[in-house]
Amino acid sequence: MASTVFFFLFAGLAIASAISMVYHRNPLYGAISLVGVFISLSCIYITLAAPFIAAVQVLIYAGAIMVLVVFVIMLLNLDDDKPLDRLRYLYAVGGGLGVILLAQTFFIFYAVMKAPNHAADQSETVGNTLNLGSAMYTRYLLPVEIVGVMLLMAIIGAVILVRRLNQPQLELVVEQEHERRHEA
Amino acid sequence: MEPSLASYLGLSGILFTIGAVGVIFKRNAIGMFMCIELMLNAVNLTFVAFSRYYGDVNGQLFVFMVMSVAAAEAAVGLGIIIAFFRNSKSVDVDDASLMRN
Amino acid sequence: MESVIKTAFPFALFTVGVLIAFQMVLMIVAYTVLAERKVLGWIQGRIGPNRVGPWGVLQPFADLLKFIFKEDLVPDKSTKFVYFLAPLVALTCALMPMVVYPFAPAITTIDWSFLPFGLADGVKQLPLTIAHIDVGVLYVLGITSVGVYGIALAGWSSNNKYSLMGGLRSSAQMISYELAMGASVLGVVMLAGTLDLTGIISAQIRSPFRWYIIPQFIGFVVFLIAAFAETNRVPFDLPEAETELVAGFHTEYSALKFALFFMAEYVNMFTVSVMCTVLFLGGWYVPGLSHVFAPGSIPYALVSHIAFIGKICAFLFFYIWVRGTLPRFRFDQLMNFGWKFLLPVALINVILTIIIVYFLNR
Repeated sequence: MASTVFFFLFAGLAIASAISMVYHRNPLYGAISLVGVFISLSCIYITLAAPFIAAVQVLIYAGAIMVLVVFVIMLLNLDDDKPLDRLRYLYAVGGGLGVILLAQTFFIFYAVMKAPNHAADQSETVGNTLNLGSAMYTRYLLPVEIVGVMLLMAIIGAVILVRRLNQPQLELVVEQEHERRHEA
Repeated sequence: MEPSLASYLGLSGILFTIGAVGVIFKRNAIGMFMCIELMLNAVNLTFVAFSRYYGDVNGQLFVFMVMSVAAAEAAVGLGIIIAFFRNSKSVDVDDASLMRN
Repeated sequence: MESVIKTAFPFALFTVGVLIAFQMVLMIVAYTVLAERKVLGWIQGRIGPNRVGPWGVLQPFADLLKFIFKEDLVPDKSTKFVYFLAPLVALTCALMPMVVYPFAPAITTIDWSFLPFGLADGVKQLPLTIAHIDVGVLYVLGITSVGVYGIALAGWSSNNKYSLMGGLRSSAQMISYELAMGASVLGVVMLAGTLDLTGIISAQIRSPFRWYIIPQFIGFVVFLIAAFAETNRVPFDLPEAETELVAGFHTEYSALKFALFFMAEYVNMFTVSVMCTVLFLGGWYVPGLSHVFAPGSIPYALVSHIAFIGKICAFLFFYIWVRGTLPRFRFDQLMNFGWKFLLPVALINVILTIIIVYFLNR
């Protein structure tokens, strides 16, 4: 009974935030809605007995990746999204894709409901940190090391991509953007 | 109705659909990036639901890998967007057609 | 009827616990504000506020009344929704970690069979933590990361270049020092073997060092410095320096919204003081107290709780003392220090801890 209430509450919040993210043209409102989606999903992970993944979801997605996105939106001072005027056929493509994916979703829902139930024992938590840590450092050591190297590559790549030879200060960039705003 | 595996998969499918439609409808590069993150999260939800259903920890481990890859992709993707913005002063992907024709 | 009461009882307990903890946190925060003004006054050779009530003890309530009655300005071209959202996000994310704090040891000596409806079947102890989250440390670090949004959104939505610069600088500083804070916590987690805050205190009781500040002294110093930077306190308070940036990201906020930011800063201070106490000073554990009172009894819990609050107040005093003593860092010095010195030191601490734990477990 309580799990049903929690599931519908957080699922409703997640879907509402996702629709809000797609609807808003202002990228900052979209980013705030996406943070709402991430936090609702984190609560759903807790109801799925995955406490470590829930905490890591808030820490990494809501707390680091979206902060980066919000920073970029603020620094670049992005305007609202414009409607698709040159590529109007994309409305039909998007609508068609949405209908097809929704149909697939309902089919999966129906099929899994009707399928015979082979659920494992639901009383133990497999997602606790000890299990995950043991698996990560014994069976999956190579993927973890590869992920480490990949993150190093991403750091070096990001630094090189935005490097300029005469690097202006943060204050100068902000001032230029404010001038652009006030003269427009 | 107790939330069974089907409910979680249905929720994941709906979020994936919203993300996919958002990627097509958005002109802003950052908006498209955020819709892609939404799709990745829908897939993470599927993995965690299956991991709970089968009592297998590998699903959650893969979620961890997906999150790391998403973080790396965010860093590099936003770097590309900033570099692109410096040249053309706009992040509109429909206007980014310099190599066309 | 009986089953309804049985399902609602845990929620009622949680609600009561949260209300009591909330009241305690707010009182401590209010008197931290007063303590800051008085202690800063004593350091600077003057007396702090002493008009409202004896020794100024009613000053926080006078401040609260002043904030309620001030005029509520909203800047003209600001984004209204985000402008109203920012202080709410800051205060909510500051208050959320209080549900995992281990306030006192569990009380085991009360016989609960007087409760009707069989509510107390199988209950052996009264735990004095509101929520036992397995990943308590990660939860607190995650909520602190989300708290950065309050400041970034406040700076942006005020439509004021000083606010924007203050907000961006403060956010950049906070996300940089979060890494050093997380890395310094890793050493403690490795020694304790668990991420649960109550489990960390139990591990400290079992360990030969009693308090983890002794084996993890480098981690303690790194955590303390990172905590100063996380809460935007001197010497890292350039983003809200009164003489540099008007008032930084909360320039355009007045009355009750400013009071929310103000409270959020002090609740953040309280949060990192509690984390520092639990991780490095053993939380409520006083070595040798179990010889005086029986562990699990009410006097033991009471004295442990008072010791816990005493340790937190010592850290809050240290914060105020440093504010009255040190000058502030320039922003580029601050970022250099965080990335090029503090993070490598924290990582070296982790590596040393790994090596020592490995050889100790052989």
